[in-house]
Amino acid sequence: MSAFLEVKDLCVSFPTEDGVVRAVDNLSFTLEKGKTLGIVGESGSGKSVTSLAILGLHKGSSAHVTGEILIDGQDINAMAENEVQSLRGNLMSMIFQDALAALHPYYTVGNQIEEAYLVHNKVSKAVAKKRAIEMLDRVGIPDPHKRVDDYPHQFSGGMRQRAMIAMALSCNPSLLIADEPTTALDVTVQAQIIDLLRDLQKEFNTAIILITHDLGVVSETADDILLMYAGKEIEFGTVREILQKPHHPYAWGLLSSIPRLTGNPDKALAAIPGTPPSLISVPSGCAFHPRCSYVSRVGQACSASIPELAPTSAGAHHLVRCHLDSTIRENIFNSEVAPNL
Amino acid sequence: MFSYLLRRLVSGTVVLGIVSAIVFGIFFILPADPARLSCGKTCSEELIVKIRHTLELDQTLPVQYGRFIKGIFVGRTYLKGTPAELNCTAPCLGYSFQTDQPVTALLKDRLPATASIAFGASILWLLIGLSSGIVSALRRGTWIDKFSQGVALGAASLQIYFVGLVLQFIFVNKLAWLPAPGYSSPLHYPVDWVKQMALPWITLAFLLSAIYSRLTRAGMIEIMGEDYVRTARAKGLSNRTINMKHVLRGAITPIVTVFGLDLGGLLGGAVITEYVFNIPGLGKLSTDAVANLDLPVITGTVIFSAVFIIVANILVDLLYAVLDPKVRIQ
Repeated sequence: MSAFLEVKDLCVSFPTEDGVVRAVDNLSFTLEKGKTLGIVGESGSGKSVTSLAILGLHKGSSAHVTGEILIDGQDINAMAENEVQSLRGNLMSMIFQDALAALHPYYTVGNQIEEAYLVHNKVSKAVAKKRAIEMLDRVGIPDPHKRVDDYPHQFSGGMRQRAMIAMALSCNPSLLIADEPTTALDVTVQAQIIDLLRDLQKEFNTAIILITHDLGVVSETADDILLMYAGKEIEFGTVREILQKPHHPYAWGLLSSIPRLTGNPDKALAAIPGTPPSLISVPSGCAFHPRCSYVSRVGQACSASIPELAPTSAGAHHLVRCHLDSTIRENIFNSEVAPNL
Repeated sequence: MFSYLLRRLVSGTVVLGIVSAIVFGIFFILPADPARLSCGKTCSEELIVKIRHTLELDQTLPVQYGRFIKGIFVGRTYLKGTPAELNCTAPCLGYSFQTDQPVTALLKDRLPATASIAFGASILWLLIGLSSGIVSALRRGTWIDKFSQGVALGAASLQIYFVGLVLQFIFVNKLAWLPAPGYSSPLHYPVDWVKQMALPWITLAFLLSAIYSRLTRAGMIEIMGEDYVRTARAKGLSNRTINMKHVLRGAITPIVTVFGLDLGGLLGGAVITEYVFNIPGLGKLSTDAVANLDLPVITGTVIFSAVFIIVANILVDLLYAVLDPKVRIQ
């Protein structure tokens, strides 16, 4: 039995005037129905490009996409645009970060949900409108039969994101990709949206890909975490594995840089030195090595060759891409990283 | 909404008042004596004094302006109480020095020709400009795009008096496919109307559709990069629906604005077009009036076209509120 979503060797590159940007490089992962995968990484790590590829949204652009994206056994990447089009919003759909920008300013919220429903369902406008009201009600918009005729700018930020979710779920998709769904929202509203997504997932048994740079959000929602850096998968594991015993120095850096309420307020927050690399000239070897504090414990290999994605001592499910020897890694984490968390 | 409209109308009226005052001032700033101008070539000092009295030019400036404005709203009577009493009904803009006809009658007489040019040309240039702009935006970078934008750039750089004369030379003088441009009533002679208007329409549309094409193309390309267009694709809509509904809808607002102002401006007189094709419209009326220093007609045409521009501005603002739900008029 193969997984519901299976991404194999996905590469996405964009030709630009300065050279080829390899936004996603040999990415593979799987996701089952009813489960949530959190894809975590900095801006430019390839998270969003991956999600757009899964929806086949790079088709017709200059992007070069190779590899397989199998949803229920059908390869999205091999399909023609019109075939993928009939699946978008239907089998798989997506919610975006900035709902104000992602909703059309000149159409009512109801109109936009109806449109999403009508394109995949042969029903009358009246039925579609009923569906829109039902969906708005389901995502917790008060007075849905009135608000259905509002324009996006008349909604609050949280309500707009709810409306986006209503739109994305109007056709009961099996796969929902949420691209930073809570980044633009207040913390209290963030929690509501996360709860809503979790409830809806239980109800519809949807597979969710949650794209975020917020480890707090993934820790609450995801089953698995995929950590990306410079277009590559650098660590994969369950939430518990990655948050409690991460193996990649980049993951250590991310965890160390989270401010804690119980921490010493006078102590400077730990940060990963340097900035994410340009995807046109990715550093040789492990792309993270120029920023990694542990390069000296490995030697030349870090800059010479790209480490394989290999199972950790935790088991075959937990994968990491690092030249550090796994026992050395565990020692470093236990003695140098964990005490500061 | 209503109070907004009222405010706009009031401010429009104020602008009109200022425009009329400035134009009216020409009477006194110009080194020309209106009485002498209206008197003709064989003229005696006596006659000039008489005319000055008839035209009430012997009154102070504020009095004259006051009577002029009053004439617009309630009409005025020249030489009241004399046998030669002349009753000019509202809206009275005075009498032409050249033809002695009431300016209002002249304007009324010339408006249909100008309106014919403006509406006919605007339909053409909207059709050509929007469609070529849309095609260019959708086929960006292809030879169709390059060709149509090249033509647009060339067309936008040309002038009516060049294109107009060339077209007239080819189609009227050489090929004789069309009669000389002019104006016939569309109600009585619809075929002649189209034939005579064809060249002015094509000339104006040629130049203006170039601007609209570039505007449409730029607007559509900008909107194509918007997040909400990506959302529309993620919903599974077809490219056709996305482009014709979501993208065009987003790009159309500035085009409507420019269109309203262009049309309003043209209705006040397609000056160059009418001059080039010798069409008896408002533009021709005003250029002739300027050439002859026919002051009442100059004043009348300027105020008249100011009215069109002000009304067009108000309409565009109102339309904006319809097109963009974020603009709520209070």
